[in-house]
Amino acid sequence: MTLLAVERIKLFSTRSPWWCAALALVITTGIAALIAANTSAEFPLTVGLTQAFYSFGMYVVLVMAALAVTTEYRFGTIKATFLAVPNRVSALVAKTAVVAVMAGLIGEAVAFGQWGISKLIKPNADIAINSAVEWRNVAGVGLVFLVGSILALAVGILVRHTAAAVSILLVWALIVEQLIGIIPKIGEKIQRWMPFVNGNHFLTAGGPELQPDPIKYPFGAWGSLGYFAAVSVGLLIVALVVAKRRDA
Amino acid sequence: MIEAVRLKKHYGRTIAVDDLSFTVCPGRVTGFLGPNGAGKSTTMRMILGLDRPNGGDVLIDGQHYASLKHPLRKVGALLDAKWVHPNRSAHSHLKWLARSNGLPTSRIGDVLEMVGLTAVAGKRAGGFSLGMSQRLGVAGALLGDPEILLFDEPVNGLDPEGILWIRQLMHRLADEGRTVFVSSHLLSEMSQTAQDLIVIGRGKLIAQTTTEQFIHDATEDRVRVRSPQADRLRELLAARATVIEDAVDHALVVHGLSAAEIGEMAAEQGVVLHELSPQRGSLEEAFMQLTSEAVDYHAHS
Repeated sequence: MTLLAVERIKLFSTRSPWWCAALALVITTGIAALIAANTSAEFPLTVGLTQAFYSFGMYVVLVMAALAVTTEYRFGTIKATFLAVPNRVSALVAKTAVVAVMAGLIGEAVAFGQWGISKLIKPNADIAINSAVEWRNVAGVGLVFLVGSILALAVGILVRHTAAAVSILLVWALIVEQLIGIIPKIGEKIQRWMPFVNGNHFLTAGGPELQPDPIKYPFGAWGSLGYFAAVSVGLLIVALVVAKRRDA
Repeated sequence: MIEAVRLKKHYGRTIAVDDLSFTVCPGRVTGFLGPNGAGKSTTMRMILGLDRPNGGDVLIDGQHYASLKHPLRKVGALLDAKWVHPNRSAHSHLKWLARSNGLPTSRIGDVLEMVGLTAVAGKRAGGFSLGMSQRLGVAGALLGDPEILLFDEPVNGLDPEGILWIRQLMHRLADEGRTVFVSSHLLSEMSQTAQDLIVIGRGKLIAQTTTEQFIHDATEDRVRVRSPQADRLRELLAARATVIEDAVDHALVVHGLSAAEIGEMAAEQGVVLHELSPQRGSLEEAFMQLTSEAVDYHAHS
C-alpha cells in the first residue's frame, strides 16, 4: 500500500498525466462529435460507431504509460526510487498498478465521453446501451486502455529511452499490427495473434461490423482480452526480470 | 560502518573497480579520493545496491543495502543532485521519498529548514540552480536521519559559500557520530574535510590511512641545487640521497636531505653552489605522483 501511495504521489506531482488525459479526451470526443454530426438515415449512428476511434485515445495513453517510466530513467529518479525501495520488482509493480488504473479511468472517460457527446449531438439516435455486447463495446474501452498501458510500461522499462519506447509502441500498434495482414497467406495467420488486434476484437466482437473483418480470431471476445492481457503481463514479467538484474 | 571486500566491477572489457577492499568507520569523515574515472562513483553505486558487483561484496553494518527494511533511515546518499524530476516541486520530491520509508511528513519541513530551502519548497526543482539542487539532494539524504551518509563529489561546481556550507555540514554530521563517506578528485578539498582517506586509482586501492599521514608521506621535502660542478656534486649527494636531474635547466632535485645538510656538504668539499632552495611539495603534485600510473586519460603534449 505504501508503494502505491508513493507512485501515486509521483505520478500526480507532475503535469504530464493530466495533459495526456486531457489530450486523449479532446481527440476522441472531437472525432466522435464529427462522426455523430455527419450521420444520417442512410448511415445511422450506432453504439459501435461512437467508439470507432477510441484507439486514438489509447495511443496517447500508451505514450503516457511509457513516459511514466522512461522519464524516471531520463531524470535519474529511478535511481532515487531504487535507493528508497531496493526491491525493484515491488517498486515497478506498484508503478504499473497506479499507471494502469489511471489508464483504465481515462479509458472509461474516453468511452463515455464519446458516447455522451454523440448523444448530445444526435439526441434522437438510438444509441442506448442495452445489450451486453454494447456494454462491452463502451465500458470495455477502459479495460483495453488498462491492459495496453501495462504493455507500454513493460516496453518503457525494457528500453528506458522515451523516444525509443514511444517509437516502438506507435510503430507496432499503428503500423505493424495493421499492415502485417497484407502479407499473402500467412499475414492473416500472424495478425490474428497480435495483442492490440485482439484488444480491439474484445470490444467489437458480436457487434455490427463497420467494415468486413477478414481475421479469423482464435478466441471469443473475453478470450481475446485475456490473450491481450497475457501478452502484456508476460512482457512486464520479462521487463521486471531484466530491471532486477541490470545496473540501475 | 561500510565494509567492502575484494569488490570488482567491469563494463565489458573496461575494469572499473578491481579487487577493492576498505572499511569506513563511524564518527569520522572519510574521504574517497581518486582521479576522475578511478571508480569512485561505481563503488558508491555498488555500496547502494544500484550496480551489481562482478565479484566481492560490500556490506553496511553487516547487511546488504538491498536487505535494509527502510534504507533511507539507515543510509542517506547524494550521488547526483539532478536526480529529481524537473517538474516536481522540492516538497513533492521529498514527500514521495518520506512516504516510501514511512517517515512522517513533518520531517520534510525539518530538512528543508536545515538546508535553507523552505522559501522555495513549492517551486519546481527544474528551476533550481546547481547550489539549490545540491541542497535539495542533501535534504533528501538527511530525510531519514540516517547513521551513514554518502556524498559523491558534493562540492563539484559549487560557489565558495556552497563549498563552505557542505564542509561544515559534513563535520557536523561526523561529530554527531555518523559515518560520513565523501568522494572527491581534489586532495586539497579532502585535506580540509576528511579525517581518513581511501585513495584509489584505476579501480585499485592505493592507500587507506589518515589524511594527516597521507599528506605527510606524500609531500616529502625536496631541495633544488644548481652548481657549475654538477657532476661532482651529484656523486657526493647520490651516496646519501636520491638525486634527480631537472631536464630543463640541469638543476639537481634532492630527496632525503635538508638544504642545510647539502650546503654543509658542499662547503666541506669545496663545491660552488649557484642555487640551494628547499621546496615543499604541493598536495596536488604529490597526489598526481601517486596516481599518475593510475590515470586513464592523460593529456599527451
